[in-house]
Amino acid sequence: MGYVAVKGGLAAIEASIQRLRYERLKGRKVIEVETIKNTLRGLINRIMSEGSLYSRDLAALAIKQGEGNPEEATFLLRAYRSTLPRKYYSRVVLTKFMRFERRISAAFKDIPGGQILGATYDYTHRLLDFSLYEEKPADIEKWLEEFENNCPYQGESPLSSLPKVVDYLRKEGLMAKIKEDDTEPLDVTRKSLEFPADRSERLQTLTRGETGAVTALGYAAIRGYGILHPTVGELRVGCVPVFIDYPLDDSKSEEEALYIGEIQVTEVETLFPHIREKEYGAQDLEFFLGYGLCFGQNETKAIAMSVLDYCLEKGPAGTPVSDEEFVLMHIDSVEATGFVSHLKLPHYVTFQSKLDRVRKTRKGEKGE
Amino acid sequence: MTGYHFAFLDENSKREIRRALLKAVALPGYQVPFASREMPVARGWGTGGLQVTLSLVGKEDIIKVIDQGSDESVNAVSIKNLIQRTTGIAVTDKTSVATLIQSRHRIPEVELREDQILVLQVPIPEPLREIEPSEYVTRRLHADKEYSGVWLMLFEQIMKHGHMATGADHPVLVYGRYVMAPSPIPRFDNPKLNMNRALILLGAGREKRIYAVPPYTKVESLAFLDHPFTVEDQEGKSCRLCGATGVFLDEIIDEETQFVSYQCNDTSYCLQRLNKEL
Repeated sequence: MGYVAVKGGLAAIEASIQRLRYERLKGRKVIEVETIKNTLRGLINRIMSEGSLYSRDLAALAIKQGEGNPEEATFLLRAYRSTLPRKYYSRVVLTKFMRFERRISAAFKDIPGGQILGATYDYTHRLLDFSLYEEKPADIEKWLEEFENNCPYQGESPLSSLPKVVDYLRKEGLMAKIKEDDTEPLDVTRKSLEFPADRSERLQTLTRGETGAVTALGYAAIRGYGILHPTVGELRVGCVPVFIDYPLDDSKSEEEALYIGEIQVTEVETLFPHIREKEYGAQDLEFFLGYGLCFGQNETKAIAMSVLDYCLEKGPAGTPVSDEEFVLMHIDSVEATGFVSHLKLPHYVTFQSKLDRVRKTRKGEKGE
Repeated sequence: MTGYHFAFLDENSKREIRRALLKAVALPGYQVPFASREMPVARGWGTGGLQVTLSLVGKEDIIKVIDQGSDESVNAVSIKNLIQRTTGIAVTDKTSVATLIQSRHRIPEVELREDQILVLQVPIPEPLREIEPSEYVTRRLHADKEYSGVWLMLFEQIMKHGHMATGADHPVLVYGRYVMAPSPIPRFDNPKLNMNRALILLGAGREKRIYAVPPYTKVESLAFLDHPFTVEDQEGKSCRLCGATGVFLDEIIDEETQFVSYQCNDTSYCLQRLNKEL
């Protein structure tokens, strides 16, 4: 029997949904949304970034409902996102006022303010820790108490605005000075992409992009299909304050702006040696910046984003990763998984006419 | 550490890697494919070097791990810890004491000996990658000894910039046959590959390739007669700590005064000089 909605289709769908619910519940265990929120930090960050909605609570709920499947969770979050009214745009978020949790440079050993490793898997060994099978709340309490007593920094990070690594290169004239551009960005959720795309549209599309897809294309770019080996000038993870203009006042003055909270972001500035054409055909090398920013701690994605940002801006023509349409049209999780999975839908009618064509051609061949 | 084998990998895996290493030694500069395993550190962070090291290490070995010239660099410390945790062997900072040295991006300043093995971590083993993205094609080019692409790349750099603009990883010709990526060591270290007394093994875990420079093998940096190969210009500069010259130096910028000074990149070499051990 086909699964197109003839008679019985409705009942079949309902049974399928019940079956899905059963699959989630059959182990007779319930995971609290609060538990997800506090223990699945990596997945939450990823879902918030791809879902382009900053809410740890809703991301946790989506993860629970989607049984931990990132594709499903992102889908749920994005669908919910489109029900939310757009009331205000924030003022420009200044990452130089970040409250640091982590900040490293792969370009310079001694960066002003120093390297701050923070929390990262980078230097752990990926050996399965079998003791986690037996982790007890009492053990956690004990460890936490010890850690918190010995932790030099309590609560607020002692560091405020640290100079950017790229400022040093700019000062030396090794990087082009770029005028700050605070023009209102185009909003990709309110306008469809047109090519060539505006840089603000590119950056939004990249930051909303599916982590795996952005990483894969960024990887292709540095492995051989694009540019070779950039250097991470600076990678920062931390919280930045968000302000909106006072809604009842049109002056847009900074003093009147309202603080509405802070968001955790990962920001990456990657350096690429770039050939600059001078007068009379002479050439010069300088550094050019690739930029990545996404919600939460999401380092691989932010780096890959910065690679793709550079590729789209200045990358060598003729490689897939510097083809704006190729990159921007294919990295969105909801769009990609939606269309790929649509292949599961009944295609009886279209296939029937294709079948007819194939049969006819075959018959024609035999006739000859 | 419980639940894991000596040197992490099982004996069959280690044997398989050693067989690839033998082939690599027999064909200097040739990239031998091997079934690179997933390691407890991330791909691209030295898993190739690590697999080579772990497949060679014995209980008597003394290991040194450096990253960018430093024994205390985060990744060096992490890899050293892993080797030590899974083998229990001794570690050292001193180049002359080590039997096995795993390194990222540097050949130590202290001259190596015949009884030592240097393992270099390699991110991109293919010297032709920049001119040809496809692995299928580059392997054929190597088979045909068809290296005009890489010569052309260097020639174009001279036309554009007046000199060869390679930074680290300047391509070399090994034993007159294979063009090889010397792992991203600075040009400064390229000459050290030539006729080195130690066995040099290069492992690329992500790209699943192993290659080697056996002891006393001729290794030439690619260059033209009228544009000879040159190392980084450090003329007139010396280490602010130990005063060394003729070694690879790091540029240190004072954040307040913007004063630029230099310091040995090979930190253990510098320390040993300061301690009058060299």
